[in-house]
Amino acid sequence: MPDHTFLVNGERVTVDVEDDVRLLWVLRDRLGITGPKYGCGINVCKACTSHLNGKAFNPCAVPVSALRKKDEITTIEGLADTVDGDLHPMQEAWLEFDVAQCGYCQPGQIMAAVDKVRQVQEAGREITDDDLDEIRNICRCGTYFRIRQAIKAGAAAMG
Amino acid sequence: MTVPSPVPTPAPEGSEAKFGVDRRRFLGFVLGGATLITAADLVAGGTPAQAVSSLVPQPAELYDLNDLITDAARPTANLITITITEEGRAQFALPRSENGQGIIDSTAMLIAEELDLPVEMVDVTLADARPELVFNQLTGGSTTTTSTFTPIRVAAAIAKGALLQAAATFFGDSVELLKSKAGVIEAPGGRTVAYGQLTRLAASTTDRQVAVDLKPHEEFTVIGSPVKRKDALEAITGRKKFTLDLDVPDALPTMVCRPPSLNGAPERVANLDAVRQMPGVTDVVKVETGVAVRAATFGQCIDAVRALEVSWRDGPVVGESDGDIRARLRSAQLPFGTPSVPLLAKTVEHEFTFWFKSNSALEPNAAIADVRADSAEVWSGLKNPIVAQQEIALAVGLPQDKVKVHVVQGGGSFGRKLFFDGALEAAKVSQAMGKPVRLMWHRSDDTRQGRVHPAAVSKTRTTYLGKEVLSFEQRHASVSTDFTHGLGEILTALAAKLPSGNYTFAQSIFLLTQEVGYDFGVVDQLLNEVDERFNTGSMRNIYSPDTRTAIELTVDDLARRFGQDPYEFRLARAKSSRTRKTLETVAAAADWGKRMPVGTAQGIAIHKEYKGVTACVVELDCRPETVNREIREARTGPRVTRATFAIDAGLVINPNHLEAQMQGGMLDGIALALTSSVHLRNGAFLEASWDNVAYTRQWNVPPEMEVVVVDSDSGQPGGAGEAGVAATCAAVACAYWRATGTMPKEFPINHQTPLHFEVKPFSPPMPPSPTNGLDFIR
Repeated sequence: MPDHTFLVNGERVTVDVEDDVRLLWVLRDRLGITGPKYGCGINVCKACTSHLNGKAFNPCAVPVSALRKKDEITTIEGLADTVDGDLHPMQEAWLEFDVAQCGYCQPGQIMAAVDKVRQVQEAGREITDDDLDEIRNICRCGTYFRIRQAIKAGAAAMG
Repeated sequence: MTVPSPVPTPAPEGSEAKFGVDRRRFLGFVLGGATLITAADLVAGGTPAQAVSSLVPQPAELYDLNDLITDAARPTANLITITITEEGRAQFALPRSENGQGIIDSTAMLIAEELDLPVEMVDVTLADARPELVFNQLTGGSTTTTSTFTPIRVAAAIAKGALLQAAATFFGDSVELLKSKAGVIEAPGGRTVAYGQLTRLAASTTDRQVAVDLKPHEEFTVIGSPVKRKDALEAITGRKKFTLDLDVPDALPTMVCRPPSLNGAPERVANLDAVRQMPGVTDVVKVETGVAVRAATFGQCIDAVRALEVSWRDGPVVGESDGDIRARLRSAQLPFGTPSVPLLAKTVEHEFTFWFKSNSALEPNAAIADVRADSAEVWSGLKNPIVAQQEIALAVGLPQDKVKVHVVQGGGSFGRKLFFDGALEAAKVSQAMGKPVRLMWHRSDDTRQGRVHPAAVSKTRTTYLGKEVLSFEQRHASVSTDFTHGLGEILTALAAKLPSGNYTFAQSIFLLTQEVGYDFGVVDQLLNEVDERFNTGSMRNIYSPDTRTAIELTVDDLARRFGQDPYEFRLARAKSSRTRKTLETVAAAADWGKRMPVGTAQGIAIHKEYKGVTACVVELDCRPETVNREIREARTGPRVTRATFAIDAGLVINPNHLEAQMQGGMLDGIALALTSSVHLRNGAFLEASWDNVAYTRQWNVPPEMEVVVVDSDSGQPGGAGEAGVAATCAAVACAYWRATGTMPKEFPINHQTPLHFEVKPFSPPMPPSPTNGLDFIR
């Protein structure tokens, strides 16, 4: 089996696995990084949302062979290390609004929220309800309203 | 330590007496152990049902599902124990299942309240399956708080009493001079000792029965305060562990190749050996439900499942579609009665259809199982672990006490985890392979073969004369709801499996949960269930979103006929003062009656269940520019732009979680009314992904939501987990009629419009994993 080398949460890893195994399974089943969750496996539910070089992507839809050596994956476990302080401002906002119910989708929600705010701020805009409507992450507990509140607060703290 | 009188004595002036409960003195135990362990005993002190004023009460007004489960729990509730550790922490293993509803936190609050201990010092975990609890390990019907409110506090109060006694010995003072506060006991002169230092002194060598007075409600400082989720930090950092995240050695990923038709079965596998040679694959075996594959990664399981060539036996519904099921339900509808009403009375009849809905949680059916020759161990999110343990033991041929069943925090339930389809299948597969397995259902399986809310046809008939409603009847014909999980224990589960037993059980649940709530003269609601070919279960709020929507649309029709405002009509006929207060609260908060643009409208509805009363007002936008919004692979349609909800939940333990549960329930109600269902076509459900199922997404969420908690006159805690759904679903339906002028007759309203997705293939049963994920990075 081929070796695949890349960075995960600041650490260089090398995994011996077939080229076509999707990164979600390399993270979860081989590296034991279980923050990114399975909810569909077809890039619909977004529960596995993580960052590739600082931008949101879904590892369930990326073969491990698509990664280059210098590529840096950040999962929810590594998000706080991308900022000063114990937690990312978006995680702080999540705590402030006590968003999580069962918690299963929340890692993906937070990683998607951080990226959505980045895009909006790079465009020089404030986050709007229309921006929030574009987020596709499912929350079957229905925490969407608190998610919207938290993203607005998190965006203010990130700005 | 002096043992207080074991004889229960009525409390003269306690707050529970004030609220209509006749005593707040209860019996419990200090159990023998190295440190302090206490237990509650409710045999000697039950909580009488509260009186309700009503001329012709419906069954659920006097005794409802919460009472049934609370009473079933009562004889064994003494087996719940609290331990005080040498670190001064209180430990309690809750015999319930946490799936996001917040009961771990509310339980910690009850213990903290009676023990005078900070909430952070209370550790609540989920108990493994404990068959000796008999009825007392079922999580369902939003009954957790109602059924555990007293026993948990009794155990905590006894612990505090024992700690005070120990402190008296420690200081050489009398108990009356000591004060407990925040995990420390203070003696005169500022001397202090922490609970942790006292626990060995407070420990008993034998089991002793003691009596204890519970704290009066007016002294509560923790109960009723907004407390945030204790596991929030773990959830937002990715450290919270669900079943599939557990580190169980050698429990490799396992998936099952399932039939193209609902409940079909595998006949022959043409390429077993070839698939066994695929990368990562360790085992491939045929089982009852399909062909199981175990591999190094789930991705390789998916590839192997897709490569399998299996011939299938058709499932029992092949050849039938939605319309066939509705015809069957219509012919099974029980006739209306013939209430004796004056000749001049007018009659109004309506029929509504409620289509199948998926109760998939985001965490799919999943379990880890390690079945050996002489023992087995299973991990899963289970609301009913005792029955799971018994049925798994039967299935793998082991004595029940050789099967250890661990209850793991679930990634959502919505009724799905009342059953244990994943755990049972995992155990069978593990046995067949002779290896530990980490079994996961693919999303497509979870939606197509997983449990659903049964389709139903609900008819109402009302008679009225002038502006007086003389009678209201409802006939609800439903595809059979599977209640074979019974009340959490196999004896009751077996009773429901007896011939026609399920009918009786379902009818009982129906009668215990339904209450019209209006003064409508002669009121009569009946259920008939037919057709046991589907995988069904109690989806969040069971029958009520459907029955309530049928009732409230009928109510709006009556209001129209009487020329009355829908709110005023309801207020005038609401049966209880709690309902009137809740209606007034929601109407005021929502600006009921405000001017709305053409194509938009408000809708209002009530519901009464779980020892509480709810009311909802929504504003619905049905204008073409909103309805026809284009979002890829999405149900758009009408949008609720503002939703206001009021609840009288009785005694509120944690207002923060209560609000969260209402918000979630409201978004379920919106999904049931507008977007979310599964379509039966030729014996199979078409939906295979979250985009297909169209549960509420951000683009369906009301930009404005408000939950108002009504000050309650009831001292009894009500249920929260399901209480948000029914009134919201009904309010949306009523708003749709007012906005469009067309009374909706089928739910979700969008069910018959063209599908918003391309149907995924049925064979192979799992769609391929995409490879283009990098193309979407922005």
